[in-house]
Amino acid sequence: MTERTRDARGSVKRHDARPRIRRIPTPVRDDSRMATQAAELVFDEATKLYEGRGEAAVDRLSLTVPAGEICVLVGPSGGGKTTALKLVNRLIALTSGDIRIDGTSIMEHDLTELRRGIGYVIQQVGLFPHMTVGANIGTVPRLLGWPKQRIALRTEELLELVGLEPDDAKRYPAELSGGQRQRVGLARALAANPPLMLMDEPFGAIDPIVRMRLQDEFMRLQRELRKTVVFVTHDIDEAIKIGDRIAILREGGRLAQYDTPAAILERPADDFVAQFVGEDRALKALALRRLSELDLRPVAEADGAPRIRDDSTLRDALARLVAEKSDYLLVVRADGTPAGAVAREDLLR
Amino acid sequence: MIAASGPVIPNFGRGSACEVNNGTFCWDWVQQHWHDTLWPALVQHIELALIAVVIGFAIAFLLTLLGLRFRLLDAPIGYWADFLYTIPSLALFQLLVPITGITVLTVEIALVSYTLLVLYRNMVEGLRAVPAEVVESARGAGFTRTQTFLRVELPLATPTIMAGVRIATVSTISIATVAAFVLPQGLGYPLFIALRQDVFKTEIFAAGALAVSLALTADGLLHLLERALTPWTRRARHA
Repeated sequence: MTERTRDARGSVKRHDARPRIRRIPTPVRDDSRMATQAAELVFDEATKLYEGRGEAAVDRLSLTVPAGEICVLVGPSGGGKTTALKLVNRLIALTSGDIRIDGTSIMEHDLTELRRGIGYVIQQVGLFPHMTVGANIGTVPRLLGWPKQRIALRTEELLELVGLEPDDAKRYPAELSGGQRQRVGLARALAANPPLMLMDEPFGAIDPIVRMRLQDEFMRLQRELRKTVVFVTHDIDEAIKIGDRIAILREGGRLAQYDTPAAILERPADDFVAQFVGEDRALKALALRRLSELDLRPVAEADGAPRIRDDSTLRDALARLVAEKSDYLLVVRADGTPAGAVAREDLLR
Repeated sequence: MIAASGPVIPNFGRGSACEVNNGTFCWDWVQQHWHDTLWPALVQHIELALIAVVIGFAIAFLLTLLGLRFRLLDAPIGYWADFLYTIPSLALFQLLVPITGITVLTVEIALVSYTLLVLYRNMVEGLRAVPAEVVESARGAGFTRTQTFLRVELPLATPTIMAGVRIATVSTISIATVAAFVLPQGLGYPLFIALRQDVFKTEIFAAGALAVSLALTADGLLHLLERALTPWTRRARHA
């Protein structure tokens, strides 16, 4: 956090929104670096049927996303991931069942109020090409009637949060790279500090290197922000990396399994899930754990062995052992001091 | 031949040698008749064209809202505008005279009819071309339908709409000269008189040049307006 932003936060005044009936509990106080403000999301037999189509798009989907967790919806095309996501902000209307945010049905909220209280990020980003980056980010606060000064401070703060320069506020979307646009899209969705974020393949159209960086930054942000996030992807690796929980949807919009990444990798519910997560699911499971989580052996056992950082995943460590044709690795901390030793069988246990 | 045709040259017997001999361009005639002939005709012409484009824009806008709201109406509106556009202007003026008389209304009905096709088509095209994901993110951010239209769709359609306005304006300024066959107004009237007066060249050139300059000036001004309204279109990523 820089001085500038701290100053900004200090000068922000309490802003009381006009009283509205049935509004989502959007934060009244602008505790800018966004203290935990998350909502529990419940799908309760949520169903979407399209007329003239035999199969449901989403079929009696029931699951609970605890406040502050990332739920990744993943599955093949036709699994209804995006439909399920759009049911939440009512871009698609429920046929039957219910969806509740912090216990209140989405049907009880005023439509525009509901949407202003939910951050929404899509693959094509959908920035407004005729507005500057700053104006794009300030969209929802403007709709909510925030004072100009507060919007300006918030915009500046969000640019920094998503890793853009203050000067970028004056540029137009056409002047940005794909990765920068998606950062702006994320900042726009976060602007009014919504307790719930919906993200529809947000990194899907970005090249692999930038995508990996955005994923990492998003996870770092999420550790601070602790939003409730529903994240759609077709990429199981992305789901495993990002999700606190993964919901695997199959054709016809049916939920095949809803569990933590580790549980899904270790105990796929059926053949469909096993096939979807891939033959290499044991390796993928290794990627979920870091060396720092292991009970390491004494440093002496790895005398002269290759060194590896303790924040590496077990999968990276295994790859390293294979590459170096070694049986041991010396695990070191970020500052270079040895933390212990790890042997091949420790990884595979 | 000219001398034999009698007193048809304006200011017969009083004009300069250039006028009497119907020279190619008599500057002194232009100077003498700027205030009583050319300037009033220019002002009338601007009025005729401006009223036509403004009313045409309003009607086309309403038709566009109808066409977008009720998809079934789009094709009929388009064909109707096509049909109006294909009627020869002289014929349309003459058709309207028995109904609305020798009035400005007759002229404006015809002029407005000719603006509708290009304005309607460009408005519909411009609005349809707004990227679906931009509209979706506006709806997702909690814009109402009206806010989405006014703050997102309409601004993004502006370049296409303005292209239509520019074409409609230039063509209206051109067609409005034909209005002189109905009504003694606009730059068409001096042309009409000059044709009857044994093709008085100076007046034809002067009125014609004014009509052309007016069209070019209007187009230039609208281009500036378009640039002012759409600053984002000139900014692209410098890779």
